[in-house]
Amino acid sequence: MSTADRLPRLLALVPYLMSHPGAEVPEVARLFGLTEKQLVDDLQLVWMCGLPGHTPGDLIDVSWDGGEILIDNAETIARPLRLGIDEASALLVALRMLAELPEFEEGDALARVIAKLERAAGEGAAAVSNQVAFELDAAPDAMSTVREALRRGRRLSLRYYVPGRDEITPREVDPTRLVMVDGRSYLEGWCYRADGMRLFRLDRMVGVEALDVAADPPADAEPIDVTDGVFRPSPTDELVELELTPVGRWVAEYYPCEEVTELGEGRLRVTLRARDQGLIVRLALRLGDSGRVLSPVSLADRVREEASAALARYESLS
Amino acid sequence: MSRRKTERLLNLVICLLATRRPLSAEQIRHAVPGYDAGNDEAFQRMFERDKNELREIGIPVEVHRDPWDDEPGYRIMRQAYELPEITLEADEAAVLGLAAQVWQRANLAEAASGALLKLRAAGVQTDEAAAGPLELRVDTRDPAFPALWEAVRDRRVVRFDYRAAGSEVLMTRTVEPWGVVSRRGRWYVVGHDRERDAPRVFRLSRISGPVAPVGRPGAVAVPEGVDIRSMVGYRDSLVPERVATVRVRQDTCQWLRQVGAVRPGEDGWDVVTLVFADPEWLAGSIVAFAADAEVVDPPDVRDAVIRRLKGALA
Repeated sequence: MSTADRLPRLLALVPYLMSHPGAEVPEVARLFGLTEKQLVDDLQLVWMCGLPGHTPGDLIDVSWDGGEILIDNAETIARPLRLGIDEASALLVALRMLAELPEFEEGDALARVIAKLERAAGEGAAAVSNQVAFELDAAPDAMSTVREALRRGRRLSLRYYVPGRDEITPREVDPTRLVMVDGRSYLEGWCYRADGMRLFRLDRMVGVEALDVAADPPADAEPIDVTDGVFRPSPTDELVELELTPVGRWVAEYYPCEEVTELGEGRLRVTLRARDQGLIVRLALRLGDSGRVLSPVSLADRVREEASAALARYESLS
Repeated sequence: MSRRKTERLLNLVICLLATRRPLSAEQIRHAVPGYDAGNDEAFQRMFERDKNELREIGIPVEVHRDPWDDEPGYRIMRQAYELPEITLEADEAAVLGLAAQVWQRANLAEAASGALLKLRAAGVQTDEAAAGPLELRVDTRDPAFPALWEAVRDRRVVRFDYRAAGSEVLMTRTVEPWGVVSRRGRWYVVGHDRERDAPRVFRLSRISGPVAPVGRPGAVAVPEGVDIRSMVGYRDSLVPERVATVRVRQDTCQWLRQVGAVRPGEDGWDVVTLVFADPEWLAGSIVAFAADAEVVDPPDVRDAVIRRLKGALA
């Protein structure tokens, strides 16, 4: 660990220990993201420091006998360092994002935290956080029903649109969480049709209503990990290779690609995993001459067949 | 080395906070263990570096120059150093815990957790956002994000290579950034484009290569009354006022049926009418249904669909 990280940590650790006398080694280590050995090493370092003179009476006194940490003679650094502009802005921007949610329309906790933090952080951070904005696609109609069902613990009945198959399927779902990832809102819940935990995009709910049934998801249902995003292609999904013109480059921004190669003059070759061939056929038709399927060849053939069948309709009519 | 240096820096912070009067470099050299007593030049270099390191982590080391004294004096004013008193109610702490998790796995994760640590150190109870009924996450995977965040923070002009939508070439743009906006999962930078001498919006994913700062921090002035959100969202203000008629095969084209009005037709085909603003966007949505949908009217949407089908055949 470099000095650059360690000094700020020590300057937070000492005030923490001052304001939490008797804190336990394991608990403090966890809070500061350290192993117990690293924490003890920090404590030993602190114990060597103090006021000029550095007589025993000047040094910070730390003990951790029996795992309880006691600190004394550290009044000079008893308060933490004020928030840096990035630190304060990161929290303020996130708080303003929350303000976008209908969840926080009621109650003024959010406004109070923002005011307190702005006061503690100073002008700079308040200004920066106003220059970073975030918009959430909240799908307000579905949102209020979903929130209400979550609050009251009710099962939901959905009519849910699946674009890859152009289907609207009825589903019964026991809601567990509302998850917002990268600007889109999802309901997480136990889906009785899939017999598993699933995410449902709120803006793809064609119909949603709360049933007069208590939600009862299986006790061992695991929350879906969205730290790496919502779209997680499976390694068994088919690999599709596309070539894109400058007009079709948006595909690389929209879909997670396994590989992206610049071909010059703004052209791209991308490889992505497709769970559903239908989705790729639709994508290729939408792209028109701004993209084409390179492989698998069978999929490229299918795109041409579908295009030709569709075109035949127009030609027979004109 | 690292440990001795940390020790020296911590002692330096304590020394500069504890002193009532500014201390000269020489006084500090004697008061803080770890400085070279023999070599003046080595001490000067070390002391310079130490001051810079303290400033980099946000510690306000003040320099005093008295007209009757040759040597500058140094100290840290407690008021400038310390986090002001802050206490949070339980509901406020819960909200803050939720906010702190927003950036996990994003560029600002470290800043957010650093802030939380300082608040905890000050005795603020913050909820470890346990798996509550709400989770909010934002990604900043665009490589240009950190540099643009810094530019906005420092009010600094930037230069980068940019590929406009559909363009074959990259153009170098010089921009006074007014802000960054995330919209539907994409990040945009909004600002004054110096070459075009006009306000512009740039999508971060279309920036190629590094974002280079130009000139001094503080050079950018955000004009009064600028609404960075509406600059990014202006396309939404297009009012759908044109009407399209599309024949759709029975039991297909569910999306078109949802957004439009359906009239049952003959021979296994229904007729959907829907309103739209952008004919190209509508054509893109309809062509995806291949031979199950057929635009009857208007001609520009119909032609746009035919053009795409021919393009997909070529």
